[in-house]
This record gives sequence, C-alpha cells and structure tokens, in this order.
Amino acid sequence: MAILTLTIDDQPVSGTETETLLEVARQHGIEIPTLCHLDGLTDVGACRLCLVEIEGASRLQPACTTRLQEGMVVRTNTERLQRYRRTIVEMLASEGNHHCAVCVSNNHCELQDLAYTVGLQYVRVPYLYPAKTLDATHKDFVIDRDRCILCSRCVRVCHEVEGAHTWDIAGRGIGCEIISDLKQPWGQSTTCTSCGKCVLVCPTGALFEKGATVAEMEKRTEFLRYIVNARQRREWNPDLLHEE
Amino acid sequence: MTVEELHELADRERERQAGVRHRVLYCSAAGCVSCGSHATRDAFKAAFTRRGLTESEVVGTGCMGLCGQGPLVKIHDDGVLYERVDAGLAHRIVDEHLVEGRPVAEHQLDAASPFFASQVKIVLENCGRIDATRIEEYIAVGGYEALARAVAELKPQEVVEEVRKSGLRGRGGAGYPTGLKWDIARKAPAEQKYVICNADEGDPGAFMDRSVLEGDPHRVLEGMAIAGYAIGASQGYIYVRAEYPLAIERLKLAIRQAERHGVLGSRIFESGFHFRIDLRIGAGAFVCGEETALIRSIQGRRGRPQPRPPYPSERGLFGAPTVINNVETLANIAPILRHGSAWFAALGTPRSPGTKVFALAGKIRRTGLIEVPMGIPLRRIIFEIGGGTPEGTEFKAAQTGGPSGGCIPAEHLDLPVDYEALATVGSIMGSGGLIVMDSTSNMVDVARFFMEFSRDESCGKCAPCRVGTVHMHDLLRKIARGRATADDVALLEELCETVKETSLCGLGQSAPNPVLSTLRFFRAEYDALLGPVEVFTPSNPLARGRGPGGS
Ligand SMILES: Cc1cc2nc3c(=O)[nH]c(=O)nc-3n(C[C@H](O)[C@H](O)[C@H](O)COP(=O)(O)O)c2cc1C
Ligand code: SF4
Ligand code: FES
Repeated sequence: MAILTLTIDDQPVSGTETETLLEVARQHGIEIPTLCHLDGLTDVGACRLCLVEIEGASRLQPACTTRLQEGMVVRTNTERLQRYRRTIVEMLASEGNHHCAVCVSNNHCELQDLAYTVGLQYVRVPYLYPAKTLDATHKDFVIDRDRCILCSRCVRVCHEVEGAHTWDIAGRGIGCEIISDLKQPWGQSTTCTSCGKCVLVCPTGALFEKGATVAEMEKRTEFLRYIVNARQRREWNPDLLHEE
Repeated sequence: MTVEELHELADRERERQAGVRHRVLYCSAAGCVSCGSHATRDAFKAAFTRRGLTESEVVGTGCMGLCGQGPLVKIHDDGVLYERVDAGLAHRIVDEHLVEGRPVAEHQLDAASPFFASQVKIVLENCGRIDATRIEEYIAVGGYEALARAVAELKPQEVVEEVRKSGLRGRGGAGYPTGLKWDIARKAPAEQKYVICNADEGDPGAFMDRSVLEGDPHRVLEGMAIAGYAIGASQGYIYVRAEYPLAIERLKLAIRQAERHGVLGSRIFESGFHFRIDLRIGAGAFVCGEETALIRSIQGRRGRPQPRPPYPSERGLFGAPTVINNVETLANIAPILRHGSAWFAALGTPRSPGTKVFALAGKIRRTGLIEVPMGIPLRRIIFEIGGGTPEGTEFKAAQTGGPSGGCIPAEHLDLPVDYEALATVGSIMGSGGLIVMDSTSNMVDVARFFMEFSRDESCGKCAPCRVGTVHMHDLLRKIARGRATADDVALLEELCETVKETSLCGLGQSAPNPVLSTLRFFRAEYDALLGPVEVFTPSNPLARGRGPGGS
C-alpha cells in the first residue's frame, strides 16, 4: 500500500490511503475533539466537532471520515474552528437536560470534558428543557434520555459489534430520540442481549448501570478495540486460547 | 421494436390524428383539475354528441402553464388557446368556433403576448400538447428517437461526450455538470451500476417536476434509459413522493407501455442493451431529496444523509456507481441528443446553457409554470411574463431556491438568471420555485417561515442543524414579536454562520440563506423591530456612577 505524505498543522505526517485524517492526526499527537467517533465503530460524521480546514477544499471536512490524500494541507485548530466547536457544544448543552452536579457521570462525561476543552463557559441561547423520558425497565441498566446527545454510538455498537440492533433512532430533527426495538420499554425488548456494550460506549450519563449514583458511573471504551481486533483481524493472544 | 417500427408507429399516429375532425386539448394537470377541467371535458364530449361531431376527440394533456386562469383548453386544429373554460363556454366553443368558425374572442388568449412569446420550451415542449397516457402520442412527436439513435449509432462514451459538450447542469439545485457526473460513473469499474431519477420535489410551492411527470412521463424514461446506456447501467429507479399520486399512476402506465413496445426492458431496439425502471415511493421527508439520504431510503433504511465523498457516482446505491439526476435534468437529455449539443449550448448563457422551468407564485398577476432561457433578467420574468405585482402594490423581492435560497431585492432585478449570478446575491437557482413578494410582505416573517420549514425537516443527524435551526427560528420569532435587541440579531448571525459552515448536508448548509439574504437587503425591517439593549440603571441616585468603571 502506498504511503502518503501530508501536512497537518504545519507538521509533516504520513499514512496510508485507508486511514482517516483523525487516525493519523492522533498517531502524531495532534488532538482533534470528537464525540460521535469511537475507535472500533463505523464513522458517521454526525457531531461535526472534528471538522478541519483542508487547503483547496470548498468546505470544512470531518477528520473522522476523510481519507488521506497525497499532499493535503490540513489545519485542525484555527480560530474559526475553535469558535464553531464552542458553538456546537453550546448547542448540545442547550438541547438536553444536563445537570452535571447531580449526574451519574459527573467528572466522567465526554460532553463535560468537551465543554472544558472548547472553553464553553456560558450558554447564550435559552435552554430548551425538552420533555424527555427515562426508562428503567431493564434489569441492569437505565436510559435517561435527558442526557442523550444523539451521538448514535449505542445504536452502532449494538448493530455492528453485538449484532442485536436493539437501539435505533426514531423521529426527526429536534424530536429525535433513541428507542429500543419498536419503541417498547427496554425491559421488554426481545432483541437485547443485556451485554451492556451500549452503556460502556455512551459518552454521557444517558446510559448507566442500575445502582450508580452521582459521579459513580465510569465508562470504558477500550474493550471495543479488543473485540474488533479479534473478530475482524483475528488478532488475539494465542496463549489465552490454550488456557483451561 | 426496431427503429423502422418506431418510425412506422409515429407515422400511423400522425395519420390517425390528421383524420380526427376536431381535437380539443384540455389541461388535466392538478391546477386545472381543481378548477373543474373534468366538467369541461364532459361538456365538450356532450357538445360533440349534441352536434353529431362523431370523429372528434377530447384529449387530456399536461400543464399548459397559466395555472391561475384555468381550466385551459387548446383547439388543436388551429392552435387557439382559451382560458377559464367552464361547461357553458365549452358548448359555446363547439357551436361558435368549431362549427361556425368564429372563435370566442373574450376568452381567447393571445399567443403573441409576452407570457407566451418570452418563453422557450424544451422540457415542457410536450406539456399541454400530447396525451400523457398514450405512448403513441409521444412517439408521434419524435419520442424515443434519441434513445434509438444512441443505442444504434453512438458508443456510450460518445453519448457522455455529447451531454458534456452541451454544458447541461443539474436542475436539482446545485448545478453540477451532468456530463461530468456521467463520466465519473461511466469510468467507475463495476459490474452493476444504477441510474436514479430524483422526483422527490420537496421545496414548498414547487411543482415543476410534477408537471413534467404528469404531462410527459416518457421524456423522463427516455432520458434515464440514455443515461443507463451511457454509464453501463441496466437498472433505474424513480424516487417519487407519495404526495404525487397522479404522477405515480402516469409513470406506472408509461413504464408498462414502454416495456410492451420494447423501448425499455431487454434488448432495447434489438441491441444488447437492457434497461429496467422501477418506482420507489418516498414518504415525503424533504431531506430524502438529498441524494445520499434518497439512496439510503431506496435501500429501505432511514433517510439520513451521509458524508460525501464518496459521491454516488463512485459509491451509490447498494455500493454501486450511481448517477442521480433531477427530473428536469433528465428531461433535457433526449432533446440534446436529437438536436445536438451545439444547439443546446447556444441556448441560455455560456456558463448555464439551456432553459429553466420556474413555478411562479406569490404576489404576482399571472401565476403558473413557465420555461425561460437561462440568463433572462429577473425583471422580464416578473414583469413581462408574470405581469408584475397586483394593482396598487409595489414589487419588493423575489425569492428563489425556497428554504435553501434567498430574497432578491428590486435593485438586483436586472440580474440574469443563472447559477453564478444568483449566488452573487446570496440566493441560489434552486429547483425552480419563484415567489414574488410585494410591499405588503414582511421580510422577517418570510425568513421565519423558511426557518420553521428547515427546523421541521431537519433529519436530526448532525448537531448544528438539529439544534441550530431551533434556536435560529426562536430568535427570528422573538424579533418578529418585537421582543429582541441588537444582541439577539448578532447571535442570530453567528448561528447562521456556524450552521452554514458545519452542517453535514445541504439542508443545514443552506438553511441560513433566507435569513442571511433578508439581513443583507432588508436589515432596516429587522432594526425597526428591535428594542433597546437593556442596561441596568440603579434607581438610587447615590449608587449611580459608582458601579464598575464609575468614578
Ligand atoms: C435537503 C435537500 C433536498 C433536496 N431535494 C431535492 C429534490 O427534491 N429534487 C432534486 O432533484 N434534488 C434535490 N436535492 C439535490 C440532490 O441532492 C441532488 O443534488 C440532485 O438530485 C442531483 O441531480 P442534478 O445533478 O440533476 O441536479 C436536494 C438536496 C438537499 C440538500
Ligand atoms: S444538515 Fe440537517 S438534515 Fe442534513 S444531516 Fe445534518 S441534521 Fe440532517
Ligand atoms: S467525530 Fe467526526 S463528526 Fe463526530
């Protein structure tokens, strides 16, 4: 496979044509904020936080879905991009009912971290305070849609990795919401395997384990890499296979 | 069918028509049907029986253009056009015009009037001229000749080249060069490729595509088959919205007839080229007109846009290279092959050749469907063709491009209508909606209306459009109600920029256009609605002047 060279933030970097800008940027220690992206899931380019400037391109492009091209000149952190990112996080903050101080994921929340990263200190638009529902019918887990930012990671992990496709999105526009099966209570879902992957990949406190209280719910996302490597690349530790 | 058989069929139909004593064409498109053209049809039939005119026929056609003055009727014998033909008038026309040879002058429309004389009809050439339910009538006016010629005489590459040289650009809104799109799909190495006709037509008030599908469906089928031949596809889909039941019915009938005559299906014109067309019915979400969402919808998935690249011409329907074109774009293909690319390129302007169909609506005297050469000044469309604004009001702005476009003020009325010129004033060509506003229109409310539409139609996939359209709409409402300050307008402008620059698909990227263009040209209307920025002033005189920064 041909090795391509390009420039990201004045730094010469290289990679292959199957890699994305986000992957090579991270390999080279260049941080681009993301929310819908998660290593191991298909990228959808939905949150728009990873947008970067590419010289010669008419529009900003999401780093998570843009493949490398020879000689690209990319900027990831201009003043304009910073401003847009702050406004997008501001939009997300105004959209849900986010009350960090009483949230199970306080201090372990990607939305909260992002607000710090992009410097969001104040929300200029009125909070929308939408009427959202909570569903605690599952024996182990809860979904509190007040905290959902519609990143669709749960939908993708359930479909792509677990193969159950319990989650999906219903409605459109501001009325979108995550539903289980055909909008049944989660506890009555006939497809859910109770594997808990959705809970682990959720960036906020929207999906959490029962019993977790304020600031207790820590998520792990690294497991995805192991599973995906084992399944798709058939890479695992062979010694473990022979263990009793 | 062979080419010779096609010609024989055409001759037979022309002879048949010549043998008919009187041919009365009535508009059977939605506009005229809603003002009673079916009763008009029945009255003509009754009058023929009454007068014993047995070898005469009454034929329903597609839209005749002057939708505001229906039911419209055209006498095929001598080309006389009548407006507002009710049942009584139908009897009079038969008695006085057809039998006695004296046209009914009060209801006659003048073919030399600017409404007709300023138009150039390519896409609509058969609308109002043929019976859309009979393939013979389409063939009699040269239909399927272009396909026959392409298949028999041209290599796929030559067809693409012909379209490229014509300079045709996509009529679905963005104006992407059609030949280039086809060339990318033709060169893409793949066993299976597809052609899609985008008949989702979701702009509020637009009915150009519907009129073509209802009035001349075979033209679109022929364009699709030529596209299939050019890129190497054997399957086409027409994605048409469920709100267009008549168009769906006409398309189904047209496909059946075309298959029966061997101009669609296997071994077209006895060649090795196969092409089938199937319909897919959309449920009416505006965003499903966006090409990547439309493709997912055909695949039976949620209609949500995908990041591009990859473009459909590389990876489209079911992952195969796919050409997706608008109805009007495809309707231009057969004429281009029939008359040659040079003929087409000479029409309109060098950057935007050909014609454009517009649906005239709003505060204008003559509403309806028109087709004009590209580059015609807006002023001529509105004042010559449309007859200007109603008595006693003054022209204020023309809105093109619907929820993705902008408002063009009087000072830019001499702008030629083409893709680039409209973009310079912050609007877009769009798919052809043209709404005229007069002195009674409130521009803040216009912006609010379109933002409400975009908010309601946002698919919700990407954050800036999903949430940004809600806040932009709420700010516009606040301004319209006189509760906003200059700070709100500044915030609105900032949101417009962010949503425009960061949204995933064209819906979000262009949703701010109506706001930005009204702010650009009608800012005074916004300012007039603003209250003073509230600054806290303590009521206690002792405290005054001692606040931060005070002495
Ligand atoms: C929100 C949105 C709605 C659209 N709706 C339509 C539509 O109704 N009809 C259409 O032909 N194109 C529509 N388009 C444009 C299509 O994405 C696509 O560009 C077009 O079908 C390409 O055909 P053309 O090159 O012949 O114009 C829409 C685009 C967007 C972003
Ligand atoms: S811009 Fe709007 S319509 Fe388009 S993908 Fe984003 S949310 Fe959906
Ligand atoms: S991480 Fe790329 S768009 Fe969300």
